Amino acid sequence: MAENGAKATVTLTIDGVEVTVPSGTRVIEAAEHVGVVVPRYCYHPGIPTRPAQCRMCLVEVEGRPKLEPSCTLQAADDMVVNTASDTARTARQSVIEFLLVNHPLDCPICDAAGQCMLQDYAYVTNQLESRVDEPKRIMGRDRISDDILYFADRCVICTRCVRFMRDVAEDDSLIVAQRGDKAYIDTFPGRELDNPFQGNIVDVCPVGALVHEDFVFKARSWDMDATASVCPGCPTGCNVTIDTKENQIVRVKPRHNAAVNSWWMCDYGRKHLVMTNRGVRAEVPLIRDGGGDGDDGGELRPVDWATALDWVAEKVAALGAPGGSAVVSPDASNENLFYLRTLLDRLGVADAAFRVPQGETAELPTVPTLKLRADRAANAAGAGFFGGRRADGPPDGPAGGALVVLDDELEGAGEDFGGSADFFLYLGTRLPGPARNADAVLPIATFAEMDGTFTNFENRVQRFHQALRPPGLARPGWMVLSRVLARLGDGEAVNDVRGAFERMAAQAPAFAGLTWDGIGLKGAPAAGSAAEAAGVAGPAEAGA
Amino acid sequence: MSFPHGSDLETTTRLSRHQGEAEARTLEGWRARGGYEALRRSLEMSPAEITEVVKASGLRGRGGAGFPTGLKWSFMPKDDGKPHYLCCNADESEPGAFKDREVIRWTPHLLIEGCLIASRAIGAEHAYIYVRGEFFEETQVLNAAVVEAYDNGLAGDGILGSSWSCDVTIHAGAGAYIAGEETGLMNSLMGNRAEPWAKPPFPAQAGAFGMPTTVNNVETLAAVPMILENGADWYRQWGSEESPGTKLWSCSGHLVRPGNYEFALGLPLSDIIFDACGGTPSGKPVKAVIPGGSSTAFLTGDELDCATTYEGLAEAGSALGTASPIVMDEDTDIVAAMRRIAQFYAHESCGQCVQCREGTSWVVRILQRIEAGDGRPADIDTLYELCEQMTGRTICVLADSVVFPLQSSLDKFRADYEARMKPTLVAAG
Repeated sequence: MAENGAKATVTLTIDGVEVTVPSGTRVIEAAEHVGVVVPRYCYHPGIPTRPAQCRMCLVEVEGRPKLEPSCTLQAADDMVVNTASDTARTARQSVIEFLLVNHPLDCPICDAAGQCMLQDYAYVTNQLESRVDEPKRIMGRDRISDDILYFADRCVICTRCVRFMRDVAEDDSLIVAQRGDKAYIDTFPGRELDNPFQGNIVDVCPVGALVHEDFVFKARSWDMDATASVCPGCPTGCNVTIDTKENQIVRVKPRHNAAVNSWWMCDYGRKHLVMTNRGVRAEVPLIRDGGGDGDDGGELRPVDWATALDWVAEKVAALGAPGGSAVVSPDASNENLFYLRTLLDRLGVADAAFRVPQGETAELPTVPTLKLRADRAANAAGAGFFGGRRADGPPDGPAGGALVVLDDELEGAGEDFGGSADFFLYLGTRLPGPARNADAVLPIATFAEMDGTFTNFENRVQRFHQALRPPGLARPGWMVLSRVLARLGDGEAVNDVRGAFERMAAQAPAFAGLTWDGIGLKGAPAAGSAAEAAGVAGPAEAGA
Repeated sequence: MSFPHGSDLETTTRLSRHQGEAEARTLEGWRARGGYEALRRSLEMSPAEITEVVKASGLRGRGGAGFPTGLKWSFMPKDDGKPHYLCCNADESEPGAFKDREVIRWTPHLLIEGCLIASRAIGAEHAYIYVRGEFFEETQVLNAAVVEAYDNGLAGDGILGSSWSCDVTIHAGAGAYIAGEETGLMNSLMGNRAEPWAKPPFPAQAGAFGMPTTVNNVETLAAVPMILENGADWYRQWGSEESPGTKLWSCSGHLVRPGNYEFALGLPLSDIIFDACGGTPSGKPVKAVIPGGSSTAFLTGDELDCATTYEGLAEAGSALGTASPIVMDEDTDIVAAMRRIAQFYAHESCGQCVQCREGTSWVVRILQRIEAGDGRPADIDTLYELCEQMTGRTICVLADSVVFPLQSSLDKFRADYEARMKPTLVAAG
């Protein structure tokens, strides 16, 4: 019993199954506890307002004369709900028929086809023929912002987009204009849609009415693969799904995580991620072993991995622990940083500088954890765990000793960067000019091309998964470094991120107690982190 | 002539007795007619006592639904520490109804007085009169009356020297039928689109500005002062047990004397149509009557003996609604009339609920086709089924408002529809 005397839970029956839910739970949510997803359009779990206007989630409640919208109906003790009675099903079927009265049925050219709630429910309700024999109302399409198109004819006026802007982003620039069957979505007269979170209106659209212009006509839903990932745009680490087609990222959508980004992500992250894998990449291991042409130890020459790894291991073994310095990318994964630290310790290199580009911040008012943060890097926290030092200004190479660079683009570095180091090892996804001074260049995969983890701003460790094949011979950093170390007698070569994560969890105190499977797709706080102290759900609580 | 006028039938002009008298518009003229005496009396009564009198009088909401007014007032929470509001629904938009505008135009102080008494009964600190946007003259009249009321201590702080205060604000609507639905009205009042909201929350829980609110029709509130002055029994001398009192009637259509009338509830509908309004100008028989405004079911010329009470018209298969009969003589094209009614509702649908947004305009397109002589027998079945799917499934009753006349016209005038159907070719031999 709660303090005010109200019961903490209620028990009701939905489709013949008894279920106990917290008081105040709506029937549409209670139904999900028994595995029943009541069809819906205007209801969205992330949008607080529930106008109950699409009339799709109507259910039959014993003892009530009319069908009730399950999105607003509070579950109550002894309530008997039937979501699939004849009356409820007929009502739903009629909603679909009504929605198709003016719908252009342009599924063959609609970007939502295959992922469309109107299409799905039309199939479910088995409406293969239409009784509508009247001319359709035609409205056409509109550009409602720089990057979002609105196909008015496909719109079901669920107002999820308007309510996301108004109630979640607290921006009232999007409205329903006109009324009746002439109603459409538009910007308020004289206002523009230029909110840093507006891309979410496309994700909440249950049909193909709102489409990002950079995605329009680009891929059919069934041609895309979806991969769970984490946005690397800033330390927030929004959980995302990366949609790929033919080894290209074509679309990014937020993935629900109540502890991080709720249902949303910012537009910067969305665009940043789509652009991640563009540009010329380092694809082949290069070494300067005197085997090439030219003076001064010869030119960098392409070799196979076995040759490159053998040669690098040999050099490292020969160097001993000369000291020196390292430059690391704050976008590197925890596993890459861990293996690099192991190698650096062997070389006696304590200092690892990382530079974090800065940018504008943006907040989503109703979701405190979701914020585009000034740091434009995914894993500054992880870099900090492995002895990284936040630095400003261009990197400078050490005088003598070892120089190891992990995927830093070396912007601002001098032409002879690393020239005075005894051994310069460059591991990178690209090959910027100063990296050509290296004694060995080992091509590695981007985060989108491998499995791994990032540590977000509140030290939450979150998994991302391989969405793309790496180009050429590029391989995940942890895979490459574990092989260098294995050749030096330090551990085994790992082929699976689990092996890399396990070794990291065993050796790095910040990851103590975490397992790859345990942190799951929602992440878990690092050991002793602020998030853990604040009681953010870890793997044990979340029930993995 | 649109204010109530005499007729061959005995009228009972109580609420409307000063309509047509220009002086009644002014405070001085209104006071000379006993105005604001009921307000003075109400100040000596407790809110619960006022509610009791109105409850006992059996006054029912005159906006169409006929909900008992005293009962509605008693839903307002007591001593909850929140501001309460009264909204007077002067967004009279029902096709056929033109009674509220006459109350406002001739007796604005009667309405203000009714609003103040109701506000006192429900503990409201502010009464909003939401006037239909097209009622330009009425808004001006009301504004002038409100200024007079404020200037003479009848509104605002310390009304009639008492410690009770209540503000009165005239709010001009922006022109939508749906702003006359109570939650749509409150949304419009708050500056939102006039979209009805799904109840709960009920207005008495969280209405205008999220606070307990009561929404009453103009005629309802205008009846309150005379009930308070003369008592519940006096009011009950007219009408039936379930429908006491007098009622304004807006009669239109094919009538010799269309216009506003006030009758005791309970007269036969045929008396109103034939005796008071003089029957059809053409002298032809009445084919159909929509008795309560366009959202009520059709009655045929043979069904006009019913008593004009809430229960009497319900028994006859229609509704008293706003008591605005639209009379159609024998030459009327029912399909065209129904098409026009459906067009109105399709135009006025707010567009939230799918059944209403898409259904009303689909009905219009089918009716247009039938009207043009391109109908098919299956259309009638489709229309019946649309009626079923549009009933009781939406947030408000706008969709139902098309269904009542449509379904009844199909039931009662099916031949009119069938006569418009395209002849079907029958395969030879």
